[in-house]
Amino acid sequence: MGREGRLLLRKTSARVSGRAIALFARLVTAVQPFWQGIDPLDRRQRIYFANHASHGDFILVWSVLPAPLRQKTRPVAGADYWGGTGLRSFVGRDVFNAVLIDRQRNGNAADPVSVMTGALDDGASLILFPEGTRNLTDAELLPFKSGLFHLAEARPGIDLVPVWIDNLNRVLPKGSFIPVPLMCKVIFGEALRLGPDEGKEAFLTRSREALLNLRPGKDGN
Amino acid sequence: MLQARDDLLTVFMGVGSVLILASLVGWALRLRFSPEGGNAAIENLNDRIRAWWIMVIALALAFLGGRMGVMLLFALCSFAALREFMTLTNATRADHWSLVGAFFIVLPGQYYLVWAERYGIFAVFIPVYVFLLLPIVSALRGESRNFLVRVAEMQWALMICVFCASHVPALLNLTISGYEGRNLLLIAFLVIAAQMSDVLQYVWGKLAGKRKIAPSLSPSKTVEGFLGGAGSATLLAAGLWWMTPFTPCRRD
Repeated sequence: MGREGRLLLRKTSARVSGRAIALFARLVTAVQPFWQGIDPLDRRQRIYFANHASHGDFILVWSVLPAPLRQKTRPVAGADYWGGTGLRSFVGRDVFNAVLIDRQRNGNAADPVSVMTGALDDGASLILFPEGTRNLTDAELLPFKSGLFHLAEARPGIDLVPVWIDNLNRVLPKGSFIPVPLMCKVIFGEALRLGPDEGKEAFLTRSREALLNLRPGKDGN
Repeated sequence: MLQARDDLLTVFMGVGSVLILASLVGWALRLRFSPEGGNAAIENLNDRIRAWWIMVIALALAFLGGRMGVMLLFALCSFAALREFMTLTNATRADHWSLVGAFFIVLPGQYYLVWAERYGIFAVFIPVYVFLLLPIVSALRGESRNFLVRVAEMQWALMICVFCASHVPALLNLTISGYEGRNLLLIAFLVIAAQMSDVLQYVWGKLAGKRKIAPSLSPSKTVEGFLGGAGSATLLAAGLWWMTPFTPCRRD
């Protein structure tokens, strides 16, 4: 098999795996999107920022996006976990076409913000987890890292959409590898942008509040 | 056996014609009163008719698959119900292994026992063994907050969604003299009676409903709808006596 043949095979198997992973996610979580601030049919470029409690988070967001949006949306993920070689790399690079960033910033690795703006300039939408790492604590949401602010500052014309992923932390809690089937919701809020004179702290607080406000009520789900 | 197949065919043809009629009426109503999809009641009716079609097709496919098909269909129903139920409970990550056990051991185990016709164990597996063992698994993580609530909710969920639901395919295991080979009809009878009760309560409620039963729970359930629906469904089910081993006037 020639080089092109192998490339085609890799691409096809990546597409099939993507479908299979999305189907599996649906079977386990019966995930439903709730559009509370944006129009899913509007195909504009966006930065989706979501809470992060499990490795399945971006899969859930990705699988509820309508197909035309999904093709242009890339998750931002840690190179230390999804880079490397083998299965994780296949899922990270080939299936989800992740934008891989170096979270440790050691040595001469590329600056994460410039990697992300590069992807935006290529026309991609991004799924970003501004907490920077998986939230394994009892807190609902960790403080945001500054990446979201720097990104909004660098590309102020792009909508930032808060996305609350509900219940997935119960499906696959810390330290477990078998998911239990529980229903999940993915709630898309109203888009926001960096204000003209808005400082870093003010913006990070505002965007974090916007995400927290999407949580469904505790009593009636 | 041949008689059973004829009866089943009659049932599905009857249900099919009712659904075709319902679809036509729904379509005509939509064309006349709600061309843009603006009338909520008509849209709701058409959604319901579509759901009934899916239900009937799923049931027909399961019956074509015979015993195995029916077991699988109801195991899947149990899975979907348990998933929805557990979502609403207080189960925390301390209960993760209990949940894994409930979904991947108890549920398939219960349906295997029904499949294997192990009545002796199938009738006590969940209410006795799982009931006593599951709290131990939940206690292993040492999380005591809401312990009784969490355990009770899980036990209740398994009773309703798995134990009770698994009794529907268990109807296939009954041996009734003079009714051999016709047990699928019992399941069809149960589903039709339950569904017609739902449909007729909806119709009665829409036509004559005034006094609400529990408005905070369901704004559309009324006393008139409940009585009319349950009454007419009982009459209708009695009219389907030929599907069951019983006759209308039974003296013995």
